[in-house]
Parts: sequence; structure tokens; C-alpha cells
Amino acid sequence: MTETAKPYPGQWRRPPQLVQSRMWRIILWTGAILYLVLAIGSVEVNWTRVMDGLERGQRFIGGFLQPDFTTRWRDISTGLMESLTMTFTSTVVGVALSVPIGLGAARNIAPRWIYLICRGIIAASRALQEIIVAIFFVALFGFGAFAGFLTLTFATIGFIGKLLAEDIEDIDESQSEAIRATGASWLQLVNYAVQPQVMPRLIGLSAYRFDINFRESAVIGIVGAGGIGGTLNTALSRYEYDSAGAILLIIIAIVMICEYASGHLRRLVK
Amino acid sequence: MTDSVTTGSVTHATIWRHRTPRTALLLWVFWAFMVGMFVWCWNLMTARTMWVFVYDAPRAAQDLFSRALPPRWEYLGQLWQPLWDTISIATLGTLLGIILAVPLAFMAASNTTPSRLVLRPFALFLIVATRSINSLIWALLLVSILGPGLLAGIIAIGFRSVGFIGKLLYEAIEETDINQIEAVTATGASKAQILNYGIVPQVLPTFYGISVFRWDINIRESAILGLVGAGGIGAQLQASLNVLAWPQVAVILLLILGTVLVSEWVSARVRAALI
Repeated sequence: MTETAKPYPGQWRRPPQLVQSRMWRIILWTGAILYLVLAIGSVEVNWTRVMDGLERGQRFIGGFLQPDFTTRWRDISTGLMESLTMTFTSTVVGVALSVPIGLGAARNIAPRWIYLICRGIIAASRALQEIIVAIFFVALFGFGAFAGFLTLTFATIGFIGKLLAEDIEDIDESQSEAIRATGASWLQLVNYAVQPQVMPRLIGLSAYRFDINFRESAVIGIVGAGGIGGTLNTALSRYEYDSAGAILLIIIAIVMICEYASGHLRRLVK
Repeated sequence: MTDSVTTGSVTHATIWRHRTPRTALLLWVFWAFMVGMFVWCWNLMTARTMWVFVYDAPRAAQDLFSRALPPRWEYLGQLWQPLWDTISIATLGTLLGIILAVPLAFMAASNTTPSRLVLRPFALFLIVATRSINSLIWALLLVSILGPGLLAGIIAIGFRSVGFIGKLLYEAIEETDINQIEAVTATGASKAQILNYGIVPQVLPTFYGISVFRWDINIRESAILGLVGAGGIGAQLQASLNVLAWPQVAVILLLILGTVLVSEWVSARVRAALI
């Protein structure tokens, strides 16, 4: 009975949750603190500029509380219209293009070489950020909403294509086998076995992507791809904080409406 | 052959149809509406498009690539400092986001909120509002207020992260196992002790997972914040774009792509180890 030799512990220490070894804990913590010191040390802050900025910050908050919708209403409404139409058209075209690509990228219904090509397109679209794509399209197609439309379409293909392909790979195989047993062609197989199973999710994803595309359309305008982002950029570089506040409030309101509506639609089709 | 047969009093169609006439009609109306809407939106959107530039795009693309290739690799030497800045923006921004989001998440979760009527809606509103503004817009604002530099980038990333981390964390807090909390309560623990020993250990792995995931997204976002003056590698991108130095742009884009792939790999490995 060696166990009794050990006195009953009077104290309890919380056991470590993630890293069990004491040495590794010490190494990780020292590394993290060292990195933090170096990182914070490399941030140069011009405090006099920040102090000047505080006054501007107050003006901005003032502009946000008393937004000025009227003075620049023409610019705001053109930008907004451009953003909304860009969002709608790019979502429609993007979804239309990502359906064949998503079908091709599903391992269970596409031949290997088509699978690889479609996965390649999706990977390329997902690896590049919208802003960088927008810079390129603006350089190629000139300033304006058309470049923005192409950017959002390209980004939509990667998003919907990937999720649709994964959904098709997860379908109930017994249904497609039943359709195949009737002697259906590939098109009939897709139409009667695959499409009914993935349609609700595709509708939900499209609604979600519409929402994302609107947010992004507010951003890509900064690099000249049209939309409300350009208007916001102009307002801020003119230091017109009351107009900028109005634009931001409109963006937040539309994003919230889109989010609510797409959430509602997704619950409806589920 | 007729379209229907009658057995007794019931009429059956002999040809199977995918949809009832009513749904088919509704679908047709829906598609007609979508097409009309699309054409209308398309006309509005392209009203100010200069088609000359669009038709010229293949030539412009050829021109662009012939200028951009081969990339100017010597330029890479000047990019390590901006890259370090970009990673600093992402890491410190994520930290700021965590510091702001954790109290908000505990206020927003229905089982830990101190006041259901006042603080919870307030916290939920802050979480939604910060999430709906893109970090680039935050950066645009903060650069105009604080002046260009890393600080604006860090705060922009931090603010954008608050909503993301806050939302996922408060959902994790609401999903905690009530049995463990009851067991801790039964020992006579105070509110703070319940939080510390009942809830925190349960959400800690999720919390680390969310933080690393957000860090990974923030690396992507901080790479482009420099376009509006918030420091990091995006500032070099903007400078090179302004002087149309396409070989340098190519190097920067490849470096950003490489960094994004590495950070994605790191975050996937860490999250796989946590779960």
C-alpha cells in the first residue's frame, strides 16, 4: 500500500487544457510574448497626427449622427443604383456559370479531366481576392460598373461552384441509381436525380451570395470598379463626413435587409 | 392516344409530368420576371460603360501580361519589411478584435448576459453593425481620421473582427453543456467561478479555433488594406500600380498569394489539432 503514503492533496490546480507538456507551454508563451514585443515595436505611430485626427473623428461621429443625404444625393443615388444592378446581374450570371462548373467539379458525375479543369477554375477564383481581381479588370476593361460586374461574377463562380460541387458529391446515390436504371441519359440523370436534391441549397446559396456581392460591391468601387464604394471614397477624400455617414448608414441598412431576407428565404426553401 | 384515361370516377394522366400545371406556370412567371429584371438592370449598369475599352480588352490583356512578365524578382528584397507589417496588422488586429469581442460575446449570450433587456440587444447590435462594414471601408475611414499607417490598419482589422469572433463565440457559449455548469454551481461557486470553471473550459477550444480562423482571413484582408493607405504590402502594391510598374505588381501579387496559402495551411493545421 504505497498509495497511502501520499498525503491527500489540500490544493487543486486546474489541469492544462491544450498543451500537456510544461516545456512546450513555456516555449509557446515566450515565443508569443517575444513576437508581440517585436510586432508592437515595429508599429510607428505619429501621435501628433493621431491627436489632430481625434478632432476629425469627432466630426465624423457628428456626421454619422446627423447624416446629410441631400447635398450629394445625385452621386449617392447613381452609386447605389450601380451597386444594386451590379450585384443583381453578377449574381445571376455568376450562378448561371457556376452551375455547369459545379456539375463538372463533382467527382461522382463528371469524368476525371473535366473534374480537374473545373476544380482548377474554382481554386483560382477562390485564391484571388475581389479587390485584386477588380484592379486587373479595371486595367483591362476601363473604369466603371462593367469591371465590377466581371469581378463579382468571377468571385461568385468560385463560391457557388465549390459549395454546389460539394453538395452534389453528398447526394443520395440510391436516387441517381434508380434514375440510371430507367435508362436515363446523363442530362436526364442531372435533371431528375441531382437537381431536385440540390435545388433548395442552391437557392439558399444564391441568396447568400447576393448578400455578399452587395457588400463587396461597396468595396471594389474604391479601386474604380463603380458602385457606392467610389462615392464613399470621394466623400471621404473631400472630408465630407456627413455625406460619408449617410452612405455608410445606407450600406448598413441594405446589408441588414439583405441578410434578413436571405436568411428568411433560406429557412423557407429548406 | 389521349392524354388521360378514366377508371371509375377518377381521371389519370397517361403521361407523367414533372410538375403540376400550376407550379409550371408559377415557375414560368418567375423566370420571365427574372429575365426582365436582368435586362433592366443590365441596361442601367452598362449605361455609362465605354464599350471601346471592353472590345479592346484582349489586346489590353496581352499588353498587360507582356509588360508584367517576367516578374522583377530583385524587388522581392524590398518587400520583406512590408510583409512583416502586413502580418503584424493581421495579428495585432486579431488580438484587438478578441479583446473587444470576448466581453461582447458574454454579454450577448443568453445564458451569461448580465441584463437581458439592455445589454444583450446592445451587444447584438454592435456585433451585427461591425460585421456589416468591410475592413477596407473601416480602413478608409480610419486613415482619413488617424492618418496613414499601421495603426489605422490594425484598428480596421480589429473592428471588422469583433463582429465575426463575437457572433461565433456567443453561439458557442449558448451551446455549452448545462450539466457541467450545474455541477460547478452545486459546489457553491460564485458567478465568476461558474464562468471560470464551468463555461470557459467548454468554449476554450472553439475560441482558439475561431481566433486562428479569423487570423487567417485577416492576413488576406490586411494584404490589401495598404491600397487605401493603411500600411503593409498593399501600400507597395498601390505605389507600383501608380507608376504602372507591372513587373513589380506581379512579384507583389505572387508574394500575397504565397502568404495567403501558407496562412491557410497553418490555420487548417492548428484547427485540425484543436478539434
